[in-house]
Amino acid sequence: MNKSELIEAIAQQENLPHREASSITNTILETMIDTLARGESIEIRGFGSFVIKEYDAYHGRNPKTGEKIEVPPKRLPFFKVGKELKEKVNQGG
Amino acid sequence: MTLTKADLVQKIYQTHNLTKAQATGVVEAFLKISKDCLSCGDDLLISGFGKFNIKNKNARRGRNPQTGNELILDARKVVTFKPSGILRDRVNGQV
Repeated sequence: MNKSELIEAIAQQENLPHREASSITNTILETMIDTLARGESIEIRGFGSFVIKEYDAYHGRNPKTGEKIEVPPKRLPFFKVGKELKEKVNQGG
Repeated sequence: MTLTKADLVQKIYQTHNLTKAQATGVVEAFLKISKDCLSCGDDLLISGFGKFNIKNKNARRGRNPQTGNELILDARKVVTFKPSGILRDRVNGQV
């Protein structure tokens, strides 16, 4: 399922115009992205949680050329699946 | 501060012309549809955010680390998340 299919399903289920469902979906996603961009975490019961992990700089190598490169410090979002979703996925629906 | 479902409902309520009950309904629908999609073994691709994939793990022999007893871990399905380039850039303060 992609984003437009998700929006369509929300519009149908909630009886909303497509444009409204699209705008709400974007607000939800933007709010989540803004939260992560501030380095804060997200916790949605039954679905899962997102946390930001910080990585220090390290010396890496280009695997193709063997050239040494300096990898700058970075942050990455991590998702941990929630209990309910984990169980539902395993049961296959 | 950790973002929760209640914060999302509040945000939708503030930015859209909906009642609190309607805002709650839409956020619940967003989560329910996403969960149903993944539960069916279908991947969920959200452009600009990331993708949730279902991976099939084979059964393997494991050990209880506490007792050292061998046991078989059954085949299972797990959810993985890969953030999109846009999300990674935003988290790193670019854009």
